[in-house]
Amino acid sequence: MWPQILSGIAIGSMYGLIALGFQITYAVSNTMNFSQGAFVMVGAVLCYSLNITWGVPAVLAVPVTLLLCAGLGLAVERWAVRPFARDGSNAWLLSTIALGIIAENLAMLTFGKEVRGYSSPLAESPVAIFGFGVFPLELLIPVVGLLAAIALRILFTQTLLGKAFQAVSENPETALLMGVPVQRLVACSFALSTVMAGLAGMLIAPIANVSATMGTLLGLKAFATAIIGGLSSPWGVMVAGVGYGVVESMAAGLLGGSYREIVGFAVVILVLALRPNGLFGRAHVEKV
Amino acid sequence: MAFKPRKRPVIRRRNFLKGVAGFGSAIALAKLTGCADTPSTSDASGESEAAPAADTAGATGEPVKFGLVAAITGPSALSGEAITRGLSVAVDEINADGGVMGGRPIELVIRDDESTPAKGVAAARELIEQEEVAVVFGGLDSPVSLAMLDVIHELETPYMGVWAAATGITRNDYEPNYAFRVSANDNIVDNFLMRYANQEKGASKVGLVLINNPWGESNQKGFEEWASEYSVDIVGIEKFNDGDTDISAQLSRLKDAGAETLLLVANAAPGAQMMKSLTRLDWDVPVVSHWGISGGRFSELAGQDAADKVTFVQTYSFYGDQSPAGERVLAALDEKYGLSGPEEILAPVGVANSYDAMHLAALAVDTAGSTDGSAVREAFFDLPTYEGLIKTYETPFTPDDHDALSEDDYILVQWEGDQIVPIES
Repeated sequence: MWPQILSGIAIGSMYGLIALGFQITYAVSNTMNFSQGAFVMVGAVLCYSLNITWGVPAVLAVPVTLLLCAGLGLAVERWAVRPFARDGSNAWLLSTIALGIIAENLAMLTFGKEVRGYSSPLAESPVAIFGFGVFPLELLIPVVGLLAAIALRILFTQTLLGKAFQAVSENPETALLMGVPVQRLVACSFALSTVMAGLAGMLIAPIANVSATMGTLLGLKAFATAIIGGLSSPWGVMVAGVGYGVVESMAAGLLGGSYREIVGFAVVILVLALRPNGLFGRAHVEKV
Repeated sequence: MAFKPRKRPVIRRRNFLKGVAGFGSAIALAKLTGCADTPSTSDASGESEAAPAADTAGATGEPVKFGLVAAITGPSALSGEAITRGLSVAVDEINADGGVMGGRPIELVIRDDESTPAKGVAAARELIEQEEVAVVFGGLDSPVSLAMLDVIHELETPYMGVWAAATGITRNDYEPNYAFRVSANDNIVDNFLMRYANQEKGASKVGLVLINNPWGESNQKGFEEWASEYSVDIVGIEKFNDGDTDISAQLSRLKDAGAETLLLVANAAPGAQMMKSLTRLDWDVPVVSHWGISGGRFSELAGQDAADKVTFVQTYSFYGDQSPAGERVLAALDEKYGLSGPEEILAPVGVANSYDAMHLAALAVDTAGSTDGSAVREAFFDLPTYEGLIKTYETPFTPDDHDALSEDDYILVQWEGDQIVPIES
C-alpha cells in the first residue's frame, strides 16, 4: 500500500500545483484560465524543445520556460479573458477553453504527434522507501508543491502586493479609487497561474513523458480538485489535490487500472454532494 | 488614469455551474470527435491525399485504382506513413514493369480514418462507390478494420489487411469471405509468444499485462486458449490505461503470484511505463511482448536498459543480410524517401507487410483479368508464386485460410539502441 500512497502524493501534488493556478485567478478576479491543462503541456514542450532539441542547458531552460509561461499568461488575460469578462459576461469560459484546444493543436503541428521521453537523472534509478522503489523526482514534486503553496500564502498575507491582490479581490472599484492598479494585478495573477502550470508540466515530464495531449486530463483533474478544495484557500486546494491523487492511485493499485478514473471522479461527485462549497470552501453569502 | 474602472464580472453559482458544465462537455466533445487528438486542419486533407504513381513509364493505359484506409493523422500517424511507403514502393515497381491487366498502371488512393471506426467505414464506402477501387487496404487499428467488414462484404470488394491483427478480421462469419491479410493474427501471435515463454524462457507460470481496450481483450482470449496447450499457468491478468504513470502495484501482485515471465500487450508509450514500473519493483523478469511497442519510440521512453530486456514479435527485419527483394526495397526507400538505412525505417512491419500485400493484390487483379470484386477474390486463391520481401509466397491464400503469414514467418527481435534487431532462437 505504501507505494500507492507515495506515488499518489506525487501525482496529487501535481494536481494541486495546477489547481493553485485556478485558485489564484479566481481569488483575484473571479475568472479562470480553463486552458491551464494546455499550459502544463506548453511548459513541458517548451522545456523539452529548449533543453533537448536546441541544447540549452537545463539551468537556463527552466527559468526561460517559466518566463515564457508568464508572458503567455499575460497574453491570455489580455486577449482571451479581458475582452470577454466585461459586464459580467461569462464568455471567457469558452474563449479560454478554445485557446487551450488551439494550443494543443499548435503543439501537434510544431512539436509533433509523437510521445517523446524526457530523461532526467532524477527519474532514472529509484530509491527504496519502505522497501518500494520511488523515483527521487516523485519526492521532489510534493516539496515543490508545498513550497508553492507557502510562497503564495506569504505573498497574499505578508506583502504589500498581497494586500493589493486582496483589495482587488474584495472590491475592485474601491481598490482602483485607492490607486491600486487593478488591471495590472489581474494580469499578474494570470501570469502566476500559467507559471504554476508550466512548473507542473516540467516536473511531470520525466515521469509521464512529453506529448501534445498530455495536459487535457491533468487540467480536468486539477479543476476537479480546485472545486473540491473549495477555491478559497491555497491550502485547501493543495490538500484536495494530494487527497485526490492518493484516492485514484489506491483505486488503481487495489482494484486494478480500470478503476482509477471511475473511483476518482465518483469521489468528486460524492464530495460535492456532501459539501457543495468544497471541503474547505466557505458558503457564498449574498446580501440582498 | 491608465486603468479604467472595470465592472467586476459577477459569478453567481448558477452561472458558474453553467460554465463548468460547458467546460466539461467541451472536453467530452473534443475527445469524442477526436479534434483534440488531431490537428484542426486535417479535416479536409484526407480528401486531397492521393499519391499518383511516380513512374508510369512502363504502363500507360487507364489506371486501376487501389484504395488505402489508414491512420494518416493522429497518434498512430507513423503507421499510416509506413504503410503508404510500403505500398508506394511496390506500386512504382509494378508500374515500371508494365502495370496490370496488359499495361494499365496502378493508382493508389489514400483516405484518413483518424483511427476512428465510423470514419473508416465512410471512407471505405466512398472509395468503392465513387473511386471504384479494386481492393481496399486497411491500416493499424483493428476496431476500424473490423467495422469496415460490413461495407466490404455488402459491396463485394476484397479487403487486404497489412497491420491490424485482430483474429476476427480474417476469421469472420461472412460467406463468401472477402477479407485477406498479409500481417500477424493475434491468435497465432499469442500461440507463438506463449510457446516462446514456455520453451525458450522456461516459464511454467506467466503473468499477463494488457492494455485496457478491445485489443488487450482479444489477446487475453488467445493467451488463455494457448496456455493449456503448453501446460502454462496464467497466475494473474493485470490491465492498465494509456496515461498511467505507475503500475507497480499491479505488477507486484503478479510477482507475489510467482510469475516467471510477463506477456505484454500494449503500444509504445504505455508499454514503456510498464517497464519503468518494473524498475521501481527492482524485479528482473523476462518480458515477452506483442508488436505494439514497435509503433513508437519505445527505447527512448522506457530507457535503454529496460528496453533491452524485452523480446517481441515482428514479421520482418531490414537488419542483417537481405534477400534481393530486401536490397531492392531498401534502395527504393532511400531514393524515394531519403531513408538511408534500416535504422531510419520506423515501424518496419508496416512497410514490409504493405509491400508484399500490394504485389499480391496486383497479381490477383492481373490473374483475374478484371477489377470485378468477386473475380479478384477468386483469383487470390489462384496466385502464381511470388518471391516477396517477407518470404516466397506459394498459394498464400486458400478458401479456409485468408492469412498469408503464419507463425513460421514471425521473427523474434530485441531493441539495440533504437534499432530493432532479430535474435537467434
